[in-house]
Amino acid sequence: MKKDVLDITDLDETRLVELDNYIDKITGDPEEELIHVLHFAQQQFGYLPHNLQRYVAKRLDLPSATVNGVVTFYSLFSEEPRGKYTISVCMGTACFVKGADKVLERILELTGSEKGKMSEDGLFTVEDVRCIGACGLAPVLTINEKVYGNVGVEDVDDIIRQYKRSGRRED
Amino acid sequence: MKIDSLESLRQWREKLPPVESKKLTLYACAGTSCLSSDSDLLIERLRERIKAEPLEAEVELVRTGCVRFCGLGPVLLLEPEGVAYGKVTLKDVDEIVDEHLKRGNIVERLLYEDPEAGLVKSTQEMGFYKKQKRIALKNCGRIDPWRIEHYIKQDGYEALGIALSEMTSQEVVEIIKQSGLRGRGGGGFPTGRKWEFTLQESSDEKYIICNADEGDPGAFMDRSIIEGDPHTLIEAMAIGAYATGANQGYIYIRAEYATSIEPLRAALDDAREHGFLGKDLFGSGFDFDIEIKLGAGAFVCGEETALIHSMEGQRGEPTTKPPFPSQRGFRGKPSTVNNVETFANIPQILLNGPEWFASVGTEGSKGTKVFALAGNVKNIGLVEVPMGITFNEIVYEIGGGPSGKEPVKAVQIGGPSGGVITKEHFDTPIDYDSLDAIGAMMGSGGLIVMDETSDMVEIAKFYLDFTQDESCGKCTPCRVGTKRMYEILDRLTEMEGVPEDLQRLRMLGENIQLASLCGLGQSAPNPVLSTLDAFPDEYMAYAYRTKRTAYAIDADLCIGCTKCKRVCPVDCIEGEVRETHIIDEAACTACGACYSVCPKDAIIRP
Amino acid sequence: MKLIDKMITCSVNDIDVNVEKGSTILEAAQKAGVNIPTLCHLNLHELDAVNQSANCRVCVIEDEGSGRVLPACSQEVSEGMRIQTDSLKAVMARRTSLELLLSNHPRDCLTCVKNLDCELQNLSHEMNIKEIHYRGEKMNHPIDESSQAIIKDPNKCIMCRRCITMCNEVQTVGVLSPLERGFDVVAGTAFHLPLDQTSCTYCGQCVSVCPTAALAEIDATSAVWKALNDERKHTIVQVAPAVRVALGEEFGYDPGEISTGKVVSALKRLGFDTVFDTNFGADLTIVEEAKELSERIESGGTLPMLTSCCPAWVQFIEHQFPELLDVPSSCKSPQSMVGAMAKSYYAEQSGLSPADIEMVSIMPCVAKKSEAAREELSEEGYANVDQVLTTRELARMIKEAAIDFRSLPDKPFDRLLGESTGAAAIFGTTGGVIEATTRTAYEMLTGKEIGEVNFKDLRGIEGVREATIDLGERTLRVGIAHELGNARRLLEDIRDGKSDFDAIEIMACPGGCIGGGGQPYHHGDVSTLRRRAEALYRIDKDMPIRKSHENPLVKEAYEAYLGKPGSERAHRLLHTSYSAKERI
Ligand SMILES: Cc1cc2nc3c(=O)[nH]c(=O)nc-3n(C[C@H](O)[C@H](O)[C@H](O)COP(=O)(O)O)c2cc1C
Ligand code: SF4
Ligand code: SF4
Ligand code: SF4
Ligand code: SF4
Ligand code: SF4
Ligand code: SF4
Ligand code: SF4
Ligand code: SF4
Ligand code: FES
Ligand code: FES
Ligand code: FES
Repeated sequence: MKKDVLDITDLDETRLVELDNYIDKITGDPEEELIHVLHFAQQQFGYLPHNLQRYVAKRLDLPSATVNGVVTFYSLFSEEPRGKYTISVCMGTACFVKGADKVLERILELTGSEKGKMSEDGLFTVEDVRCIGACGLAPVLTINEKVYGNVGVEDVDDIIRQYKRSGRRED
Repeated sequence: MKIDSLESLRQWREKLPPVESKKLTLYACAGTSCLSSDSDLLIERLRERIKAEPLEAEVELVRTGCVRFCGLGPVLLLEPEGVAYGKVTLKDVDEIVDEHLKRGNIVERLLYEDPEAGLVKSTQEMGFYKKQKRIALKNCGRIDPWRIEHYIKQDGYEALGIALSEMTSQEVVEIIKQSGLRGRGGGGFPTGRKWEFTLQESSDEKYIICNADEGDPGAFMDRSIIEGDPHTLIEAMAIGAYATGANQGYIYIRAEYATSIEPLRAALDDAREHGFLGKDLFGSGFDFDIEIKLGAGAFVCGEETALIHSMEGQRGEPTTKPPFPSQRGFRGKPSTVNNVETFANIPQILLNGPEWFASVGTEGSKGTKVFALAGNVKNIGLVEVPMGITFNEIVYEIGGGPSGKEPVKAVQIGGPSGGVITKEHFDTPIDYDSLDAIGAMMGSGGLIVMDETSDMVEIAKFYLDFTQDESCGKCTPCRVGTKRMYEILDRLTEMEGVPEDLQRLRMLGENIQLASLCGLGQSAPNPVLSTLDAFPDEYMAYAYRTKRTAYAIDADLCIGCTKCKRVCPVDCIEGEVRETHIIDEAACTACGACYSVCPKDAIIRP
Repeated sequence: MKLIDKMITCSVNDIDVNVEKGSTILEAAQKAGVNIPTLCHLNLHELDAVNQSANCRVCVIEDEGSGRVLPACSQEVSEGMRIQTDSLKAVMARRTSLELLLSNHPRDCLTCVKNLDCELQNLSHEMNIKEIHYRGEKMNHPIDESSQAIIKDPNKCIMCRRCITMCNEVQTVGVLSPLERGFDVVAGTAFHLPLDQTSCTYCGQCVSVCPTAALAEIDATSAVWKALNDERKHTIVQVAPAVRVALGEEFGYDPGEISTGKVVSALKRLGFDTVFDTNFGADLTIVEEAKELSERIESGGTLPMLTSCCPAWVQFIEHQFPELLDVPSSCKSPQSMVGAMAKSYYAEQSGLSPADIEMVSIMPCVAKKSEAAREELSEEGYANVDQVLTTRELARMIKEAAIDFRSLPDKPFDRLLGESTGAAAIFGTTGGVIEATTRTAYEMLTGKEIGEVNFKDLRGIEGVREATIDLGERTLRVGIAHELGNARRLLEDIRDGKSDFDAIEIMACPGGCIGGGGQPYHHGDVSTLRRRAEALYRIDKDMPIRKSHENPLVKEAYEAYLGKPGSERAHRLLHTSYSAKERI
């Protein structure tokens, strides 16, 4: 286990170089930049596996526990790999009062996944998010970048089926 | 071009054409809501058509921020007629260009239909806009946020120029104090006094921080200002910096607002290029610049001490006050934290004078407040209203009443920290003190309308789920207490509660309010306690397990149209065409889908 | 400023008090003689260790003016403030916080290592909690027993954060951090790694401040009972200097009560075959260390030389400053020296094989448990030390055996490794090791007898101290640091070439071993540590011999077995090496 955490050989070399470059450009106090660095690292690698967090800690001269404490505090940082499609169902108030919880429930059922965990086929990560500022269209969900507004429970089947199909086709 | 004096700013402004310089100005909304219904494609298409026609000489296409009627998105506004088109799709572009832009004929099918007045040809006739007053949103939806020239033409950076050239810091503070402006981020603290505190601190470094975390679910006021009028924020921060003695500013913005960050960065660059940020602003010797700091998904980071810790790269956990940020803030230095909307008022106050500002609103609450109106209401969008307006006016006149067939039941104000306002209080003027008097609070501007279909216990549970999930987990009452409250609510709604739970909820709620470390915990019980007060019967129905949970069909009314059967996601409705349908109550998940499709109102809610 | 401007008048439960501006409500209440319960709050004044995160909320009081409920531990008093600690509002709020903590707690006091010594349990008693009104999910984390030293049971954690403050701010090790958010928050290691895979130094300072049993020492009492009951084993035990001035506290004596003779007596009653004194090892360490120092000085070796008897400190440098591993002395700690000598010299003399010997030590220290497990500290496959008990564990065994400690007669240590000097005694307090080394090194380097053996400059409680000792043609510059955060500062100087010390003593614990992680809990009262230190200096003062190299048994050991200080055999048995480790 100890080896796992230290071992960075499974991290993509070129992305690591990108990360290094980003860190090298920091002018101020590197500790202050931790959250920005983590955003960047997550952008590069898709998520923040433990060895990557360790790497960031080392580069910023911080204890790993501090970095891990920050990563686990903020909900946008993910320690787990994510599915090909991230389905974010808005659970903001406007969406909730229009039945977003039912929509979420149905999506979890259809994708066969747990909230925040990648589905077994690797296609979906379903999560609830707070208001995305499109309350006019409530209930709202996004799949990767695409926004779906006025989504009723009855619309969900179609949407998911479509992604399942294109997900499989690309494989 | 670098502006190095008030004079050169004015000369430049003089030379610029007004935004509405052509025969027709077409404002196309590119606010988030509209963007998410593909308004950018729409704008692209309009641009192409206008160019191809060519209509460029007569029509000015302005890509604006939110024009506030988000529920109608994507929205187009045409001036000078004031025509508004809603729910415009790509398919409609040709008709708009051919009919309206070329021939001057209004495309009636895209007009908004007012519940009372019918088709509305001009925004001036819309109930939605009538009672509004724009101060903070003055430029929102009226300029292209990407074009600094638009802002300049609307008296942009004039206030900063005047402050730097003609006033001392103390004088600026005095004006803000006289205006009576109070913080719009939720706390309602007088802004002028806050600035004065920081000004009085002596320190080698001070900071001014804009709180753009906007975490309340259902709120999008700040986002709209940042997207629609970023220079106002920049100018206001520069004024605030000058007034408090800071030379560096930060905008802490939630990373979820990725699409707002882009125009904001562009605006910062533009401002820098034109000398509104950087060294020696307006030749006054005053230096000021702004950096963006990103959040990473934590509601509590809206709380100012947590925000500061987050800016420092740490977990966003609040710390006790005092020390206040104005004493010891970012990097331990005196810092002023203000909300986006608070800032958006500043340039207007300087330009028009504190008396002008103070003439709007009520005795203790001056100016306007922006609300994000949403929920079961017909007109959904951003509304800026003078303080003192009543809930009735907002819900029925601006909001156009309930969106569905059920009457309005209550309004939730202030998001997860707020409480519900029942109809008996709908004539309460919305200002800090009146709200306080009925045990509610202004909050940051979320305003959710709920109709009779809303289950208040479920709503309370929803908010508790939110707060306990967003609790930073530092202090006991909030970390464990909100969880326990949620669990009690959960047991209740699962029909596993007991009558004593209601007493327990209240005790726990009141003590969490008292003993929590920060505003999150101190206000987390509000939604529960206020619904417990206002709707005790609903709680009792759960606690005594008399609550029905399934939908049912009124056999006398059902005509057997099969609509309900077709939408039920769990297939628990039985019935043949033209025969009475029946719901299997054990299988019904109470999703309500059948309820909304039944043409005969034959479905009975639990 | 006039004094009057700095004072504030307020009242606590209608008792008027004047306090300095900036005082907390808690301080004002203490002045008024009013007790306010606290839990998360910790202030080890002189030691610069303060946990003021104000998160437990059991100390809340009511401010009569505003009707607000405020945390006494962190809220400053203001002029004219009227504080009520016993209003219904305050009491209810306080109780709610405590009940909530208990609703998320295992509550198995009966079998808990902290039973009757637990701040949470105590509060529950004081606040007359008879019913816990709230129930629901409880934390459910695996218990970490991975290390040889510390057991971590997060399910008993109340998130007071004292440990985090100690580990990050005082020790600057940074192994612990709050993790997760909301209800799931826990004080944990990076990625929830087991402690033995982190850079934990096992200093045990987190343990010594934890109000509950979320952090405790790994229990070795069963293993020791087993050895004691094993006919084939010859059980030897050694007792560290700081134990004898603290153990008594567990039996109702005041801190600083010297109970050396009773400790020996108790160990005999428990059934140990031989009772040796770690102080003998301390004398031996001094001789070897002074020899190494003189050699380094004379031959231009690496300076400064750092003492190496504190295993937490050794771990610290291995993880945090792997590039500086040539600065610590290569001497083993006294514990390991006694172990090594017992399994060789003593074994030979008494016709035992090291395989028959079970070497147990009684230490004020948690880190010594992990030191004993270091591979470097063994001879031909036999560990120098087999089991380490903390002072607290020994007390538990004595109680378990129902030995009436207070009425035990005094007994002396056994011969061969059982005699010591005053120099060895002060090993247990910060500055003591270097003072002892100086007494010997002075004579080695100058060849003259030292006049005054009391080096007062080296004593005290400041985090970093320094002194120069006149050696005639040259001066010896020595530095002292206790708490690892202070050590870090000295090490950074060394790394950056800014240090001009010849020798530095480093102790991981506040005050040195008297404040070790295995000692009876001080519960935030620093005077306890001070009184233990005073006792050690008293022992030193009353000793006929006060210089290590004059210890007759040490001399005998060299003559009969080791040869000269620094000899080949001495090196093999009494010296060790260090290896670089990852910082996590
Ligand atoms: C839990 C919590 C969340 C908050 N979120 C926000 C927020 O998202 N935006 C904001 O401006 N203020 C927020 N506040 C209020 C800020 O702490 C602070 O009072 C405000 O930014 C000050 O600016 P103002 O005086 O201009 O309102 C929040 C407060 C609490 C306790
Ligand atoms: S009230 Fe909640 S959010 Fe605020 S400090 Fe306490 S736990 Fe954190
Ligand atoms: S409420 Fe939903 S689940 Fe129940 S019958 Fe109607 S459609 Fe079906
Ligand atoms: S929708 Fe209404 S009318 Fe139609 S079958 Fe269902 S209950 Fe009957
Ligand atoms: S930690 Fe304290 S309260 Fe908890 S079980 Fe142990 S003795 Fe009891
Ligand atoms: S205190 Fe109570 S629960 Fe504990 S052992 Fe005694 S009787 Fe039993
Ligand atoms: S033993 Fe020392 S180093 Fe290890 S976690 Fe505790 S305080 Fe930190
Ligand atoms: S482990 Fe102990 S000291 Fe650390 S936070 Fe938990 S209860 Fe407090
Ligand atoms: S100072 Fe003493 S008690 Fe503390 S870790 Fe070092 S040797 Fe152990
Ligand atoms: S509440 Fe869903 S987008 Fe705002
Ligand atoms: S985003 Fe277009 S009207 Fe609000
Ligand atoms: S002791 Fe004051 S909050 Fe914990």
